[in-house]
Amino acid sequence: MIFPDAFLPYLEPAVDFPTFLIQLLNGVQYGLLLFLIASGLTLIFGIMGIINLAHGSFYMLGAYLAFSLTEGLGSLWLALPAGIVLSVLFGLALEWLVIQRLYARDHLYQVLLTYGLILVFEELRSILWGDDVHGVKVPELLAASISLTDNLNYPVYRLAMSGVCLVLALGLWWVLRRTKLGMIIRAGSVNRDMVQSLGIDITLIYRIVFAAGLALAAFAGMLAAPTSSVFPGMGNQVLIICFVVVVIGGIGSVQGAMIGAILIGLVDTFGKVLTLEVAGFQLLPQLSGVTVYLMMAVILLWRPEGLFGSRGR
Amino acid sequence: MPNDMQNDKKGAKRRELIKAAGAAGLLAAGGGLTNLSLAQSAKVKVGLMLPYTGTFAQLGVAIANGFKLAISEQGKTLAGREVEYVTLDDESDPPKGADRANQLVTRDKVDLLVGTVHSGVQMGIVKIVRESGVLHIIPNAGVEAATGQLCAPNIFRSSFANGQPAYPMGKVVADRGLKNVVTLAWRYGAGEESVAGFKDSFLKGGGKIVKELWLPFPNVEFQSLLTEIASLKPDAVFVFFAGGGAAKFLTDWKAAGLKGRIPLFGTGFLTEGVLEAVGDAAEGIETTLHYGDGIDTPKNRAFRLAYAKAFKLQPDVYAVQGYDAGLLFAAGMKAVKGDISKKKEIIAAMRAATIDSPRGKVTMSKSQNPIQDMYLRKVVGQENRVTGVAMKALDYPPSGTCKMPA
Repeated sequence: MIFPDAFLPYLEPAVDFPTFLIQLLNGVQYGLLLFLIASGLTLIFGIMGIINLAHGSFYMLGAYLAFSLTEGLGSLWLALPAGIVLSVLFGLALEWLVIQRLYARDHLYQVLLTYGLILVFEELRSILWGDDVHGVKVPELLAASISLTDNLNYPVYRLAMSGVCLVLALGLWWVLRRTKLGMIIRAGSVNRDMVQSLGIDITLIYRIVFAAGLALAAFAGMLAAPTSSVFPGMGNQVLIICFVVVVIGGIGSVQGAMIGAILIGLVDTFGKVLTLEVAGFQLLPQLSGVTVYLMMAVILLWRPEGLFGSRGR
Repeated sequence: MPNDMQNDKKGAKRRELIKAAGAAGLLAAGGGLTNLSLAQSAKVKVGLMLPYTGTFAQLGVAIANGFKLAISEQGKTLAGREVEYVTLDDESDPPKGADRANQLVTRDKVDLLVGTVHSGVQMGIVKIVRESGVLHIIPNAGVEAATGQLCAPNIFRSSFANGQPAYPMGKVVADRGLKNVVTLAWRYGAGEESVAGFKDSFLKGGGKIVKELWLPFPNVEFQSLLTEIASLKPDAVFVFFAGGGAAKFLTDWKAAGLKGRIPLFGTGFLTEGVLEAVGDAAEGIETTLHYGDGIDTPKNRAFRLAYAKAFKLQPDVYAVQGYDAGLLFAAGMKAVKGDISKKKEIIAAMRAATIDSPRGKVTMSKSQNPIQDMYLRKVVGQENRVTGVAMKALDYPPSGTCKMPA
């Protein structure tokens, strides 16, 4: 078969090898950051089964906390632990006040309530902090950057963030898969009543899990604040992609979320910079905005339960 | 005669009515409700459809403040008529734009509709004002179609068209002998029209676009694109970002070590309202816009003082746009001595007006978009300091797409 030249896929090999490696690094690094942001959602949505649309708001809360606490305490190192304590307390209170009413109800109530929370948090943010854009200084220790090529540097802070993501992922996996607490949490996600009747205070366990999920999201916001700046609506930007991470990975799976996040990071990175033409139509980077969602569609067609999701849930 | 009888009865009724009305009027006067009905018919109703909540809340407030300042400077009344404001929060929510504009036009019956910031919402307003013919001033949204394909005699703009602030930058970059340029922007209306405006004058000046880079709005993951720029090694980069995205971009640009190695240019929105957030990452960056810090004219000084006094806030470019919307409307009202029913004459006067704006002289183009000076600005500390005029009296984009119905 002979096709006219124009109908063959054409992938521009414009990138040289070092640039390709750097882009690979960018993709993995972005993926790790996505995992960090989505990790809290893995707990709340993936394990507890609560569709939490307010997850982005928790991320924003963390960023604003980092801004205020860094101003107040003088450094991000002090702001981080203080912010974590505050967000855990906030998470416990929020679970007691509203979220615990959702466990027995169906998903529509969860969507309505947590959507309402987005609006409440946005207004509170506007009242407490105003609508300005703020910045958080990168800590002195990590402010350096490594020179990669003659004109491109890589900030050390981004590499440190990746390190934190890896540690966090391992920690999460270990708690959920290798400890008794993790076993109870997983059991509770399958059958709440059974766990309860075995004499375990599942209400308390869930309160802790929710608070931990919220704190993880806030922690991600705090870590990201120096690189992303702090601004109204920043939570909504990350919300959708977090759900994509968890859904691709498979609900309830930490490994899945990690693999999903890195896949998204790579697809998004190369989708933006590669040029792909098929039959004379430019597909990339024209369609770079939807590559991630296309990938999700393909993965879900192939494995409806996600990459690491268990069948029959 | 039966006919006479009827007339008599009617006459009697009429007289009774007049009496009753007179009595009611006296009663009302006694009760402190003086001239209620008279005053209402004499008031001019201005609808302010702006974002008062959400990301653009500050812009909405600044525009409303500016507009009210301009009107209050006309004296107690506007050409003999009091001004009544009807405010409506548009929440920057495009799907509801048309409905909300319709509410102001049909329910509140506003004489002038001022709004808005978000271009998507603007398209909804434009639809309604085109259908109803209500007088309309756009105080920010830059969507070019509003004064392009969709232009209409009753639609004016006091701000800018998206390509307008970008167009002069193309010339500035070309004049400096920077030949190979990469553009980078969000792929949505404002981003695309800005890049098109820049390219227009840059290509005319002999420049070459090495590559156009885009990312979906409002994505802020710039790292892969910065890597791409570093490997392309262009003479300069032109970008369009605003708000939080702009702050993140400037921070990432510096962290990637590109600041100081590759000259960065943009429209003024890149460095408006983010200087405190980004620290020294913006220092020295040059942008073009229709306003800036340190425009040393008596008008600008007086405006800044009056605004600061009235609202305990420093005015910004959005406040200026709102202020000029007020001046533009005032010019129309003066020409008809406050008779709002003479819409044709008001429109003619607004078309012909020369606004003494804090930014300099502003007139209306054929498509009723501002003809204005575009300033070159440079970030110095916490200021977007004006360093010169990039283009005088710029009329852009060309009004060719606007077929104004007579």
